[in-house]
Amino acid sequence: MGRRRSASDLCSRHGNFHAHCVRLALAGLACFGAMILAARAETFEQRLAPCLACHGEQGQSSLPEVPSLGAQPAPYLLIQLYLFRGRQRLVEVMNEASKDFSDDDLRTFSDFIAKLPPPRPADGDADPARIDRAQALVRQYRCDFCHSPDLAGRDNIPRLAGQREDYLIKAMREYKSNARPGYDASMADVLARISDAEILDLAYFAARQP
Amino acid sequence: MQKGLVVWGFCAAAALAASAIMEARAQQAPAAPPAPAATPQPLPPGSPLLGRPDTEAAKKLAPVAPPPVPTAADKLPLDKLKVKGGFKIELYAAGVPNARALRRGAKGTVFVSSRLQDKIHAIVEKDGKREVKVIASGLHRPNGIVVHKGTLYIAELSQISKIDNIEDNLDNPPKPTVILSDLPKDEAHGWKYLTVGPDEKLYFHVGAPCNICMPPERHAKIYRVGLDGKDLEVYATGIRHIVGMDWHPTLRQLYFSENARDWLSEDMPEDKLNRVTKPGQDNFGYPYCHQGNLPDPEFGWGRSCSEFTKPLALLGAHAAALGLKFYTGKGFGSEYQNAIFLARHGSWNKSAKIGGDVLAIKLNSNGTVKSIEPFITGFIQNNAYVGRPVDVLPMPDGSMLVSDDFNGAVYRVSRGSARVAGK
Repeated sequence: MGRRRSASDLCSRHGNFHAHCVRLALAGLACFGAMILAARAETFEQRLAPCLACHGEQGQSSLPEVPSLGAQPAPYLLIQLYLFRGRQRLVEVMNEASKDFSDDDLRTFSDFIAKLPPPRPADGDADPARIDRAQALVRQYRCDFCHSPDLAGRDNIPRLAGQREDYLIKAMREYKSNARPGYDASMADVLARISDAEILDLAYFAARQP
Repeated sequence: MQKGLVVWGFCAAAALAASAIMEARAQQAPAAPPAPAATPQPLPPGSPLLGRPDTEAAKKLAPVAPPPVPTAADKLPLDKLKVKGGFKIELYAAGVPNARALRRGAKGTVFVSSRLQDKIHAIVEKDGKREVKVIASGLHRPNGIVVHKGTLYIAELSQISKIDNIEDNLDNPPKPTVILSDLPKDEAHGWKYLTVGPDEKLYFHVGAPCNICMPPERHAKIYRVGLDGKDLEVYATGIRHIVGMDWHPTLRQLYFSENARDWLSEDMPEDKLNRVTKPGQDNFGYPYCHQGNLPDPEFGWGRSCSEFTKPLALLGAHAAALGLKFYTGKGFGSEYQNAIFLARHGSWNKSAKIGGDVLAIKLNSNGTVKSIEPFITGFIQNNAYVGRPVDVLPMPDGSMLVSDDFNGAVYRVSRGSARVAGK
């Protein structure tokens, strides 16, 4: 079972869960505190602080369902920020954070965040049967075409490798239900025919890829 | 201060949501694993990925998403675009995000649709200056627009709406009124092109919801409907996807470009230029027959290409033939009168990109194709896009506009000597 698989696992299953929960709570507080300061931020570093507080200083998020952004391709980040600013992708905290961004801001933030190091994959002993199943699904659904064979993404196509498992599940479910129509709808189209059980396996696998 | 409070509100909500999720997850047993599957299964029916070969070269190909932010005016690729001798190309308007279909109102406003953004833009000239403004937003894939007798009609993914007297209300336009709803909601080939026929009806299509599949009953057809949204009827069938339609100025027949299926091969099948001569009866062959003479390797069995209406011309494999208009003005000279100008958006499903140009298609008096020549080229440089043309619009002064959804810009082509453009 992966050690960092999800907050719930940390809090409910491990003997040292208190320490983990405290760390998580602190990360959450830092995130929220930074967001308040952001309202009066001036410099790029000050404006960047809330992004990193929630999404992780080193490109690795420790908050549930908040994606790790390290090594995401800049064109993908730019598209998402653009969609957040125009409320074409609805996540209140992101819509609020990006609403006053200029086009240049969108580019600057995307370019900077893309250079953060890639997130570390979920570690621990993976269930080999699930990995086998997921690998077959990756090939069946051609995930490795657009997202690249190592799932590192390219251009407008996001990196999946090492992403938080809970975020991957959330994102795929949103595409499937059309709650997140996406930029060009290609994921809604692909996921319409993928079952929820398959989504869980795909997320399990991608989160464990280096 | 107020802003800080708002942000705090979101943070508090987010914290609650996060703790709720953690709680829910803590209580939730891991999902039951599905049945084991060690080897790849075939793709499900209708999957957009059907037909994709599992080879290294094919893995390199994926649809090209345009940058969401328009290119700054001084960074547009005007110096790379080449127009036929005796013509020049210049900037008409920058800052038109994802500029798609072009239409003009009787009072001179140029309307620009979008596919990936939720807005319709208007380009207005005031005191010699052009201004780009949003006139409708919150729309879903609003690719199809047409202006008829002062009313702007908008075709979204699954509905058609209108704004009356649009040019009198550009500063404070009312919300569009829906006249036709409940069209299929499939995202694949769901965006529409819209035109008004000589019979004063709206014409649009519902594309195939896939690359290659047996389309459901309502798909892969051209429809027409009254301006009031009533009397919907099928006008033509067997059409995979359309992003360009126009009416022959004297024959009054509907011409349209059709995008052919992907993943069959690098060089086949080709996109088509089609014409409807038998309304309600013409079937253009999809999914059985491509490019008029190529049976589909799966759906073509038991069928023959001779059953279907032939194309007027083939426009290149994967080239993405999109917007087209008949040029009825005089500014380009008599050789181009009643010629079709057609934008080829350019390929993604091909290792060496093709398209990325505007073609001039000259016709015989019976409406068949006499010749096809490149008119504007240069959107592809070193096998990469510097821009992608989508639609064309002849203007009353004899010039022609071209939209570019990759750069979010509109260009203007007119007679004149070439010059260094962009400044």
